Amino acid sequence: MNTVDLQHVAEEEQQRQQQLNLRLFLCYSTPCLSAGAERVKNALDGLCDELDEEQRPTLEIVATGCMGPCSRGPLLRLARCDEPEEIYEKVTPEMACNIVRAALAAQSAAAEPLPSDFPFFACQTLIALENNGRIDPEQIIHSIARGAYSSLGHVLHEMTPEQVCNEITRSGLRGRGGGGYPTGVKWELVRKAQAERKYVVANGDEGDPGAYMDRTIMESDPHRVLEGMAIAGYACGAEQGYIYVRGEYPLAAARLAKAIKDAERRGLLGSRVLDSSFNFRIDLRVGAGAFVCGEETALMTSIMGRRGQPVPRPPYPAQRGLWGFPTLINNVETFASVAPIMREGAEWFAGFGTEKSKGTKVFALCGEVVNSGLIEVQMGTSLRDIVFAIGGGLPDGGTFKAAQTGGPSGGCIPADHLDTPVDYESLQALGSIMGSGGLIVMNETSCMPDVAKFFMEFCMDESCGKCVPCRVGTIEMLELLTRITDGSAMDEDLQTLEDLCHLVQETSLCGLGMTAPNPVLNTLHYFRDEYLAHIRDNRCPAGVCRLDQVPLLKLPEHAEQLTIFKEEH
Amino acid sequence: MTKMPSNESATNEKSSHELKLQLLDKALKKCQYQQDALIEVLHTAQETFGHLDEEILDYVSIQLKLPPSWVYGVATFYNFFTLEPQGDHVCVVCMGTACYVKGAGDIIARIEQEFDLKAGTTAADNSLTLVSARCLGNCSLAPMLTLDGAVLGKQTPDSTVAAIRETPATTSVVSEETS
Ligand SMILES: Cc1cc2nc3c(=O)[nH]c(=O)nc-3n(C[C@H](O)[C@H](O)[C@H](O)COP(=O)(O)O)c2cc1C
Ligand code: FES
Repeated sequence: MNTVDLQHVAEEEQQRQQQLNLRLFLCYSTPCLSAGAERVKNALDGLCDELDEEQRPTLEIVATGCMGPCSRGPLLRLARCDEPEEIYEKVTPEMACNIVRAALAAQSAAAEPLPSDFPFFACQTLIALENNGRIDPEQIIHSIARGAYSSLGHVLHEMTPEQVCNEITRSGLRGRGGGGYPTGVKWELVRKAQAERKYVVANGDEGDPGAYMDRTIMESDPHRVLEGMAIAGYACGAEQGYIYVRGEYPLAAARLAKAIKDAERRGLLGSRVLDSSFNFRIDLRVGAGAFVCGEETALMTSIMGRRGQPVPRPPYPAQRGLWGFPTLINNVETFASVAPIMREGAEWFAGFGTEKSKGTKVFALCGEVVNSGLIEVQMGTSLRDIVFAIGGGLPDGGTFKAAQTGGPSGGCIPADHLDTPVDYESLQALGSIMGSGGLIVMNETSCMPDVAKFFMEFCMDESCGKCVPCRVGTIEMLELLTRITDGSAMDEDLQTLEDLCHLVQETSLCGLGMTAPNPVLNTLHYFRDEYLAHIRDNRCPAGVCRLDQVPLLKLPEHAEQLTIFKEEH
Repeated sequence: MTKMPSNESATNEKSSHELKLQLLDKALKKCQYQQDALIEVLHTAQETFGHLDEEILDYVSIQLKLPPSWVYGVATFYNFFTLEPQGDHVCVVCMGTACYVKGAGDIIARIEQEFDLKAGTTAADNSLTLVSARCLGNCSLAPMLTLDGAVLGKQTPDSTVAAIRETPATTSVVSEETS
């Protein structure tokens, strides 16, 4: 297939779609499925079969990927020619049939659609997620009709690799995997590296608990990621790509495998891509459940079939990566932003966001919010807008206590800082990080030392055990936090904990250990009185911790030691 | 410890074992016996056998010409691979942040109590394996869990226990979770 064919196929499919009278998009991603989307689909299929010969061909049901407001599923989007789209929430099979019957008869349905200015949608800017919920991810033709691989065609035929790297640099795109390293700079490094072979790797390991952006992108629009990787391959001079998918995401892996096959069959990947001299193959690698494999050097050892333990950097992957060759490694969401940048231009992308953080970011908004789900907002949107406008505030009249970002490497942002613009620098200044995009809202029933303990336990479990500060430090910090939350801590423990945090931060081998103390330090900073209430008053303000233990030195049988201890200090 | 996996018990069991070995051989062939494909091979092995016992690990190490310690090291590094047989039902409770904040800890505690087992182990009567996972990527359904592969969202301790009791006992050893 060449670019002209590609355009032809796209136009044909667009025409077919335009001729349809009614298109029904049913969200078929896991949250909606578990809310009953399959029953809705069966009912709609049944309804279709009942229609007469004339009507049936004018109607299409598309099982799409995630539409966003997952807590309101199953979601049904109705697109009629020349009429604005309508989205219905929490549809039941009967409701869906009524809606469709009414639409076919050009009457208004009994059920009310979500208002067209519903803030959940109105406050978002969709770039990486623009196709989510509008295509059937298993049908390459749907993606092509929405412009998939056209950017790749343009890049291959009209631009030099250097120009591509420049364009990405000018767009200001930064890594969405957590670090925020400028993507263009990284591409340029790999492009300039002299080597016989180079690799491109997409990091779809998404280990951050409470985040599912990458999963949704891979499941809902797999071709977008593949196209981004192919553009990166051309820009850097790589002919082989790997996409590493977390083991917990079998559906994402299956969809990607199918997408790769479909794209290869049409000559959009493989040898001589789109009739150019560029060859690019992508292979899928499925992880096996290890958080540390999200770290780039560990991820590469895991691709090579070994224990996923990190190695010290430098050398950076861009210098020596997979099998010793220069390797470009980017997050899935980073790759998903590439095609629109090439299509619309760097200036367009740089027009969104803030001075230093350009474009948009996808967040998984969860926890105690009314509308939980997947959102994409411009960088610099305030936390208040995200939680209260898009998220609809807290349910059951709860009060906002903190928002957790950055998972086990991040921290909790307290209510005083709700007006902070969400971008890389501002969050870092608050002692948290942007991270991969998990945003968990907590109300007053969450106890901060308990949350810190939760993350420490996570880091202890997931520490690969290679370096001592992380392996032993996480255990010791967890022990101290356990004491704080069970009532057996003393004032001294808090100091020890803080010292240990700094030690682990500064001496660990990889990012896991270096950032493991963040949740502790950050909550100590903003919620110190809560820690003190546990230790001094033996009270958990949130009412979570049982505090049924006594400090060892206060047990009657230790009374003697206690005096010695006091004398010494 | 380099014997071929074989089974002395009933012949039909033996043939099913051999059939499974053939599947594994197919996977080995597909990756051209490359050592780098160890994780994929172990994935297939676990999918077909349900768990990775010593025999299987030895077999893989011989076929890929890797030291047994290497194969064992990889199999134990990743949470996904289990060296123990699984129970009739496998319940994976998400203990990711969103689920934790919404009370997943209570669900685990309740299951542990009702079925008399600890998270990460299998009940003595082999009826249930309880696993805790770190975010299954369905955070909007928090607290969520999977029971024999089916996603159950917005659970309470009561609803989970009821769901486990209601699921009919299956004879299949190969669990969906681990595939
Ligand atoms: C402990 C640890 C876990 C990580 N997990 C992920 C992850 O799940 N997904 C991801 O994209 N990057 C993760 N990273 C960041 C990667 O190392 C790497 O920086 C990133 O994939 C680069 O892509 P980007 O420049 O597009 O962000 C992790 C880093 C550390 C230290
Ligand atoms: S935290 Fe449970 S599914 Fe993400």
